[in-house]
Amino acid sequence: MYTQALNTAETEDRGLEDAAKAAEFQARIDAEERIEPNDWMPAAYRKTLTRQISQHAHSEIVGMLPEGNWITRAPTLRRKAALLAKVQDECGHGLYLYAAAETLGASREELVDAMLAGKAKYSSIFNYPTLTWADIGTIGWLVDGAAIMNQIPLCRCSYGPYARAMIRVCKEESFHQRQGYEIMLTLCRGSDEQKAMAQDALNRWWWPVLMMFGPPDVASQHSDTSTRWKIKRFSNDELRQKFVDATVPQAQYLGLTIPDPGMTQDADGHWRYSEIDWTEFKQVLAGNGPCNRDRMAARRKAHEEGAWVREAAAAYAAKRARRQTAQAAE
Amino acid sequence: MATPNTPLWEVFIRSRNGLAHKHVGSLHASDATMALQAARDIYTRRGEGLSIWVVPSSAITASDPAEKGMMFEPAESKIYRHPTFYEVPEEVGHM
Repeated sequence: MYTQALNTAETEDRGLEDAAKAAEFQARIDAEERIEPNDWMPAAYRKTLTRQISQHAHSEIVGMLPEGNWITRAPTLRRKAALLAKVQDECGHGLYLYAAAETLGASREELVDAMLAGKAKYSSIFNYPTLTWADIGTIGWLVDGAAIMNQIPLCRCSYGPYARAMIRVCKEESFHQRQGYEIMLTLCRGSDEQKAMAQDALNRWWWPVLMMFGPPDVASQHSDTSTRWKIKRFSNDELRQKFVDATVPQAQYLGLTIPDPGMTQDADGHWRYSEIDWTEFKQVLAGNGPCNRDRMAARRKAHEEGAWVREAAAAYAAKRARRQTAQAAE
Repeated sequence: MATPNTPLWEVFIRSRNGLAHKHVGSLHASDATMALQAARDIYTRRGEGLSIWVVPSSAITASDPAEKGMMFEPAESKIYRHPTFYEVPEEVGHM
């Protein structure tokens, strides 16, 4: 719906950026107004959002890979249809988000190229392998559960197109988490081997999922301005705590053990988790996770193998345009 | 000589801060500026909007409502795209 054509004033913004405009902008944010593509915004706001929304889009697209891996091996037709529908949704979410990022003035091609060149990041979680069917259940339950926790406050983000994209995404995401939990429930009610498989998947995913919320508040470099601009409504640690509190009873219902022997419940009901291994997080972000190279190779291969489709579509459109011009001239 | 037709425009209005523009109707105007002013006068006389988009009707490619059966059939059978298709026991709570 939006195009870059709406954002022709971008360079002008930077030249004219002055204290009065910035103050007026902040007043709009404080009054809970939504910022729209044609509105004046500080260059740093535009840059931060372009980075965040495009990384979010890349995450949705790369996120298809770990699960896509299991579509052909889903245990039943029901599970296969559900998984295929979920992966299709992830693709759709990526496309909503790219469109939202484009309203800030970046082109789709630029954004995708930055990801393929390794210059743009995507969520660390997708650099872990999906070794068994229980991983698919765990991803739906925990990875999508964590994503929902993160995305619900983004529905109230100050940037209109991003907030509206998030509303669509959150509506669709609920099925993702429920189908994951259903898989876990089925495995946990099954044979000892099936339950062990569920526990093993939880053991491997738990800590990487907690890392999805990003660095601890004391170390997060983007939080202050993002909070002031109401891009971010809750801190990383606040969201992480909400997620843990929601998840522990769900794990208990399944009869699974969270792989954190140091976890305790406070008098106020909050579950306190042990120290997270942030060196692992940094390593994965730096490209050294278990699957970083695989994921990038798969994305590049898909992009290259799709080149002929893009070329053919452009050639066909050009041919039709030529024919129409010729007909109009007759 | 017959009077040339005045182009048709589709009007979209953002009714409230934060909401998307929504189609409200159409009007005739000879250029984009006049279309915007006409849209304001026709569709926002009681403060219905914060922002207006006008789009030449000829620029819109639409699906054929008569073919809606075929167009939307792929989604009809896929009840597993809805959250309620999945069983989550009540004790687990909202998910």
